[in-house]
Amino acid sequence: MKASISWLKSLCPTDLSIDDIVRRLTMAGLEVDGVEPAAKPWTHVVVGEVLSVTQHPDADKLNVCEVTDGESTYQVVCGAANVRVGLKVPFARVGAVIGDDFRIQQAKLRGVDSHGMLCGADELGLSDERDGLMELPDHFVAGSDFADLLSLPDHVVEVDLTPNRGDCLSITGLARELGVLSQTAVRYVDCEAIDPESDETHDVHLSAPEGCPCYVGRVIEHVDVTKPTPMWMVERLRRSGIRSIDAIVDITNYVMLELGQPMHAFDRDQLVGEIDVRMAHPGEQLVLLDGKTLTLSEDVLVIADQEKALALAGIMGGEHSGISERTTTVFLESAYFDPITIAGKARRYGLHTDASARFERGVDWQLAERACQRATALMLDICGGVPGPVMITDNERALPQLQVVTLTHARIKQQLKIELASETIQQMLQALGFDVDVISDGFQCVAPSWRFDIAIEQDLIEEIARIYGYNNLPTSLPAQALTMAAVPEAETPLMRLKHYLVDQDVQEAVTYSFVDPEMQALLGDGVQGVRLANPIASNLAEMRRSLMPGLVEAVRHNVNRQAARVRIFETGQCFVSSGDRLDQSERLGIALYGQQAPLHFSGDRLVDFFDLKGVIDGLGMINGGGRLSWSSGEHPALAPGQTACVSLNGQSIGMVGRLHPRLARELDLPKPLFLADLSLSPLLSGQVTAFKAISRYPRVLRDLAVLVNDSVAWQQIVDAVESLGDSRIQSVELFDVYRGTGVPEGCQSLALSLSLQDPEKTLDDVAIQELVDQVVRTLGEQTGAELRG
Amino acid sequence: MDNLQSIQEEALALIESADSLGHLDEVRVKFLGKKGLISAQMKTLGQLSAEERPEAGAKINAVRDRVTVSLEAKKDALERDAETQSLMRDAIDVTMPGRPQDVAGLHPVTRTLDRLNRLFASLGYTVATGPEIEDDWHNFEALNIPSHHPARAMHDTFYFDDGRVLRTHTSPVQIRTMVNEEPPIRIIAPGRVYRCDSDLTHTPMFHQIEGLVVDRDISFSDLKGTIITFLNRFFEADLDVRFRPSYFPFTEPSAEVDVQCVMCEGSGCRVCSQTGWLEVMGCGMVHPKVFEQTGVDTSMYTGFAFGMGVERLAMLRYGIGDLRLFYENDLQFLNQFHG
Repeated sequence: MKASISWLKSLCPTDLSIDDIVRRLTMAGLEVDGVEPAAKPWTHVVVGEVLSVTQHPDADKLNVCEVTDGESTYQVVCGAANVRVGLKVPFARVGAVIGDDFRIQQAKLRGVDSHGMLCGADELGLSDERDGLMELPDHFVAGSDFADLLSLPDHVVEVDLTPNRGDCLSITGLARELGVLSQTAVRYVDCEAIDPESDETHDVHLSAPEGCPCYVGRVIEHVDVTKPTPMWMVERLRRSGIRSIDAIVDITNYVMLELGQPMHAFDRDQLVGEIDVRMAHPGEQLVLLDGKTLTLSEDVLVIADQEKALALAGIMGGEHSGISERTTTVFLESAYFDPITIAGKARRYGLHTDASARFERGVDWQLAERACQRATALMLDICGGVPGPVMITDNERALPQLQVVTLTHARIKQQLKIELASETIQQMLQALGFDVDVISDGFQCVAPSWRFDIAIEQDLIEEIARIYGYNNLPTSLPAQALTMAAVPEAETPLMRLKHYLVDQDVQEAVTYSFVDPEMQALLGDGVQGVRLANPIASNLAEMRRSLMPGLVEAVRHNVNRQAARVRIFETGQCFVSSGDRLDQSERLGIALYGQQAPLHFSGDRLVDFFDLKGVIDGLGMINGGGRLSWSSGEHPALAPGQTACVSLNGQSIGMVGRLHPRLARELDLPKPLFLADLSLSPLLSGQVTAFKAISRYPRVLRDLAVLVNDSVAWQQIVDAVESLGDSRIQSVELFDVYRGTGVPEGCQSLALSLSLQDPEKTLDDVAIQELVDQVVRTLGEQTGAELRG
Repeated sequence: MDNLQSIQEEALALIESADSLGHLDEVRVKFLGKKGLISAQMKTLGQLSAEERPEAGAKINAVRDRVTVSLEAKKDALERDAETQSLMRDAIDVTMPGRPQDVAGLHPVTRTLDRLNRLFASLGYTVATGPEIEDDWHNFEALNIPSHHPARAMHDTFYFDDGRVLRTHTSPVQIRTMVNEEPPIRIIAPGRVYRCDSDLTHTPMFHQIEGLVVDRDISFSDLKGTIITFLNRFFEADLDVRFRPSYFPFTEPSAEVDVQCVMCEGSGCRVCSQTGWLEVMGCGMVHPKVFEQTGVDTSMYTGFAFGMGVERLAMLRYGIGDLRLFYENDLQFLNQFHG
């Protein structure tokens, strides 16, 4: 809502400065977004009258004019096409300053002296459009100070209203608030009843009273629609951001700004039979004022005559029945439309109008008649005409009820921790328009018909608080009984996991949860993700099923910016649907690309599968020492032979592997990219350590080299050793893998280190040898391994 | 005996002047070897009388010990010199770069959220979470935003065909908590939220953190005190904070919170649009309708809730000028938030 300060002060004559007005409104919940001057600053601009116009001797497009300021006559050279004898225009005499530094001086234009400038509205900051000289009404007196005539200087405040404060979408509403905040008596607009001068009426039927419980209409005959809108009204409209169209439309807009009642004017001669306010017929068409044709559905309220829909109720009028230059009889509409009926309809049709903004939020349902009287008075003043009687068609049952709310002192004290005198509270609420009765422990309040946001006691508490001033209220911290928080030891905090990864030089990334469907298909397992009905872009249309698409994009972003090494991870919800079920659990994704280590003179290499595997095994260790198990796996997006399935406690938790080189080429990634996509929660639920006694006896290491077929996985070797179930075998570790000379084709030589320790005695050579023999025998039986000589 | 004295002197002199382990060994052999000069002295003992022998023997032994100690000391010194020289031959340039053990960083949103979590944890709040694909009831209806409500238009909601939505705020976590838990409730709910809006100052996904306290006799002054304390702790500065009446369907009274601009300390700058104030969060007393929807007894309990944008706080805290940087994942940006 844009409001001129001078208009506001005409209703609320406060002495407050603009800064104070802005601050008080803002601090009362009517946030002022901006303050701007209503026009350029200027001095010494008066009303001038053109006395003569002569063609400039040396310039086709210039005229030499004689202009009077009521006292003297000046020669002025003017280039505007609309200059003519008798025209009244803003006249900037020599010495005038327009804007910050445009000083009018005596000048020679193509050899002819010019003593001042005739101004266009744009030059004075009164219009954004360049449209020749500003033509002033004939009754303006030459020599009058032009700024005075326009109530300038003035400022326009833009108030950013919250949706509950539709009542402040008018100068009256803002003045009411400002009156309370500045303790000024508000001079509300007098909407004196205008007596009918004819019996002319037009019948109205309310077929949908829930949508329109009250419709006020009035016929005004013999209206001269060609009369210009008075300058003061054009200016007030302009300062509120509304362009002048013609006198009739301007008057309806003016009343809307002044009182808050949106109105509509029909050309009565275009109406066929009685007005019917009804729901649209499905598929019914309506051509709007702006020329657009709408196809309506049956939840849309329309104003119709007996033939067709004429207007979208509360949103926009139709082309057919609007005021035209031929109109002589006007049918004025001033109605109350139910907010819920109007809400969303303007949005659906892409029409955001001043009327819909007000009706959606709620227009004072007791205002329609007064607004009609006010509009009639203005119309008679400006366009003349013969008014018929005001016709009120309403349905009491469907009208809103006045809200009665009880407010207690106890509640005020509990919620706000202040105690106010009864009179203070009463004054605050009455100034806001409430009817207040003092009752034993508080007040019984009837909310005014313009307030749609008052239903319960808390709503009144807010009124008290905001008028008292939120910042004047006391502050405290909640008092609470001390409790001790649980510290579940088996749970690994997510931050622990993140810090671990960061310490492994893996940077955290955050990518969008919606991804490019093509990328997801490319990196996915053939299952489509959940699609957004209204994505913001086609490449952000599908919810991610894993973190891979986002991380791969992030890797590409950095590779495209010459990063030699990208190590990133992300955790977050992923969205996997199966049938009706939607799984939204958190996942962990890791991507390693490029150099294994930052550049160093001691040498470098590219990252490989085992780098990523090592990082992931560490996740098990920080999670209570859980050991991950790995097996060869398959994934459509990962390279066969370099892909693993990872499990924890017998449950698969995800896949790790190298991005398939075919995809890497497609995605312009010249070096191998290793990816992990893991379920997060198993990695955060470990176990509390159960202490095992440590052995006091020495540990013995024995190294073995065995020859096995290439197809034997290391895990099989570990499993074979563990199958012995001998607690004296503490661990088996791999310290070398060799293929080549001395090793038959298709085989590999694995060097293992056995760590042996007996909990109860020192292992002697015999026992050690027995254990080693047992291991070798079992490996032979289970994996075909042979001891290398 | 003079002889013995001169042997000792000679030996000590030779030891002193030995410049290599080889020379030193020659000296050892010369004096202490089987045929060495001191060993030879020992052999002369046999020629002495039984009375003289102990004293003479002791003297020889003393010389031998003295020489031995000196030899050992010299040997030790020479060995150290040799090792030092050997080390110096292999000397490295300690000014060359160390083998990198880089430490990466947390995303600034995580970093900020972690601080927020810890600040509120110190006041006894626990962390609650919820799904990002929400149903209409949790995201809107239960929060007193029915389908026709104008506030819905402010939310720019992402929809799915089945009517579910991407949560537009973290407030549905409040609802889930109140449905599932009995007061006293003291939670914060951090997480991703989504609005169908993208321009210089909006990304379609961002983060919020929501706070909810429900207990007996919770007042607006408790809310004010909590927020003021929090903002001062978060920015680690004693900043002015102001509360402006505002509107949220799920709180009543509602407030927007402005903090004195952290960039210009309130004197007016580009970041605060010359106002000296930064709007950082919304808050209010939980609306009785929300309590009704979630089964909280309004005759016993009141509560407050607050919510804020995490990126905004991070931008103010770290001086980040462009919101879009948060989701480009450019390492040059991310690498600045170490540790």
